[in-house]
Amino acid sequence: MATHSTNQYYVPHGSIYPSIISIGLLTLASGFIFNVATDKSKDLTYLQAPGKWMMIIGALIISFMVFKWMGSVINESLTGKYSKWEDKSFRVGMIVFICSELAFFAAFFGALFYMRILSVPDLAGYDLDITPYKDFLSTWPSSGPGGTVLGVEYKPGTLNAMGAWGLPAINTALLLTSGATITWAHWALIKNNRTQLIAGMALTVALGIAFLICQAMEYHHAYTEMGLTLHSGAYGATFFMLTGFHGFHVTLGTVMLIVILIRCMKGHFTPEHHFGFEGVAWYWHFVDVVWLGLFIFVYWL
Amino acid sequence: MSTTTVAHHEEHAEHPTGIMRWLTTTNHKDIGTMYLTFSLIMFLVGGSMILAIRAELFQPGLQLLNPEFFNQLIGVHALIMIFAALMPAATGFANWMIPLQIGAPDMALPRLNNWGFWLLPPSAILLTLPFTLALFGIGDGAMATGWTFYPPLSVQGGIGVDFAIFAVHLLGISSVLGSINIIVTLFNMRAPGMTLMKMPMFAWGWLITAFLLIATIPVLAGAVTMLLTDRHFGTHFFDAAGGGDPIMFQHLFWFFGHPEVYILLLPVWGFIPQILETFSRKPMYGYKAQVYSLWAIGALAVVVWAHHFFTAGMPVPALLYFMYSTMAISLPLAVLFFCWIKTMWKGSMSFETPMLFAVGWIILFGIGGLTGLVLADVAADAQYHNSYFVVAHFHYTLFAGGIMGIMAGTYYWLPKMTGNMYSEKLGKLHFWLTAISFNLTFIPQFFLGLAGMPRRIPDYALQFAEFNMISSIAAFVLGFSQLLFVYNIISCARGGKKATDQVWEGAKGLEWTLPSPPPYHSFTEQPIVK
Repeated sequence: MATHSTNQYYVPHGSIYPSIISIGLLTLASGFIFNVATDKSKDLTYLQAPGKWMMIIGALIISFMVFKWMGSVINESLTGKYSKWEDKSFRVGMIVFICSELAFFAAFFGALFYMRILSVPDLAGYDLDITPYKDFLSTWPSSGPGGTVLGVEYKPGTLNAMGAWGLPAINTALLLTSGATITWAHWALIKNNRTQLIAGMALTVALGIAFLICQAMEYHHAYTEMGLTLHSGAYGATFFMLTGFHGFHVTLGTVMLIVILIRCMKGHFTPEHHFGFEGVAWYWHFVDVVWLGLFIFVYWL
Repeated sequence: MSTTTVAHHEEHAEHPTGIMRWLTTTNHKDIGTMYLTFSLIMFLVGGSMILAIRAELFQPGLQLLNPEFFNQLIGVHALIMIFAALMPAATGFANWMIPLQIGAPDMALPRLNNWGFWLLPPSAILLTLPFTLALFGIGDGAMATGWTFYPPLSVQGGIGVDFAIFAVHLLGISSVLGSINIIVTLFNMRAPGMTLMKMPMFAWGWLITAFLLIATIPVLAGAVTMLLTDRHFGTHFFDAAGGGDPIMFQHLFWFFGHPEVYILLLPVWGFIPQILETFSRKPMYGYKAQVYSLWAIGALAVVVWAHHFFTAGMPVPALLYFMYSTMAISLPLAVLFFCWIKTMWKGSMSFETPMLFAVGWIILFGIGGLTGLVLADVAADAQYHNSYFVVAHFHYTLFAGGIMGIMAGTYYWLPKMTGNMYSEKLGKLHFWLTAISFNLTFIPQFFLGLAGMPRRIPDYALQFAEFNMISSIAAFVLGFSQLLFVYNIISCARGGKKATDQVWEGAKGLEWTLPSPPPYHSFTEQPIVK
């Protein structure tokens, strides 16, 4: 074994996982494309079934390789390969990654603001002589004026906005509380109080799962009772894409929290050395902040 | 002061050989070599596509390609050149040179670095696969929307658009990973004593590039995701019937697309001053002014996007704002040009190939910048928009400003990377052929654009015939002269006159203190910078 000292930077051995994940992504992406190819060309129906299988295989490859990759990182961490120097790399890297995630959500928030402030009022504001949308009012929520698009007749229904003070308010409370419980768990970790740590993490996971259940109920309500779907014009598209991507991130975050919970139960992390815990906590707070944006701009205002 | 000892792989560990070495490597030089090789291959692929287009445009009328295929080639040419040739070349240099320049043991996140590269071949497959599938009767070929994916055409298009959307996703992930790695490396891996304001200019250029990538690539990912859901899941982001707007896509796309220009150019603005100072044998002029100008350009880059579609329809105050903010970019850029020229002023200059490319680059990129000012003028743009003037303008910035800059960098660092000198005679021949044929290709296109020839059409009116003929002939000379470049690189990698450690007489910086080629593990002891 090589000697280790605090001022050596650990450069890991070669790793096959990244290149196999890329193959998994290629399989997943092309499978997806084959699966939906029928939408644009009826001749391609025969691609649907192989496409579905490619998606499943691709997703399995990716999950398994991420599992192995993270496993080797955890192993390196446990065998003391990482000192302060590597730790800082992970920290800065995680911050930059979260910034890029914020930019991704910014695109969808941008689309929401653009439609609400510019395109919907514009469509309603044209001179009656030139516009095909004579009765259209620029109210929000809007599913647009309707019309024939690419040969498909589009008839907007009347929409009610998803109210802010029902399930969404409960969801806000759940996520904010989970932000507090994970901080409570972090204090416990620093004080080396393992019972409180595991209790805090278990609570956080439970709150995350509760949030996802509430959101599933809300989607069910929207589709079955409100008639609010992905097809419901500007409001439907921005509502479901914003909350959907957020929900996807909460799902990922919950999976990561569960991994951290299991690691806590196995006795990983020390009061001085626990970037894995903190990285996931940061991610969780980021998900929380995005939710607050959603609550204000999608549900409330 | 004690030196900082740096360990690499465990001492007894052997790295695997053959294909496994490249698939699994975590070494920044191996990964840099893969990026650069990939970039060169894709440069030739994208180049052959445009030669097919220029062959079709040699004469008016339709001779070789059907219009649909012509459009597909145009879009894929652009995506390949931007995402698979120019960006990987800059990232390749970053991988090779940033650790050497800042005295780091390696990039900060080596496995992520490996993944960043290995996302590229699958993306290249996604970009080109539709052509192959079409041969077997599956789908109708690649996307035919041009690289900008404008709806409603891209919402109507066939399977090729989906492939391009996912190719952009993978390329985006790759760029974000690369940027994370570079930011972390620059913040955390600098040698003791190397403060930010002592970093080489190339590191500065890349740091700002990486910030731009982090801010804008995810927005592109969001935009093409909306396109995907509009295509397949019934959303109405870009569809007026649902309250959306096709022009919103243009806003989202160019919020990424304009900073992308600087993403392609800032790394080059980083190393060109280093080449200039080396061959002028005097220190870089205005280091601080250059750093601040790079920051100013990086900041302005994200607030000027709408000048790409002045004619699409916008309120007049918005037009004015985007015109003035665009023109404001010329101020920091003028500072940079002044510093580059002043670096050479009264220097004891010699004109080896990298210097020839660097000086040629200043002039040609200058033409690209100045014609950009013309296009930034709202009133004038109404005439020039979507004409060949635009094509010529962005080839002066991206081919001359981007690719020729990359060539300067290649000749500059090739002896360091391979340990051998390239053939100076072939290098100079390559420069002159490239510079002359490049101008002969694109100067006629300025005239064509002013005379009103629109871009992205396979056929044109008779009055455009002569200029198109000149442009096509010169484009073929330009294309085939690049084979000299390839030959020169390959023969340099295989042997030749041994390079010294410093390689160039006036070269300064940590990378020139190491042997040529540098050992597999470069800095076993981190140098102290005073």
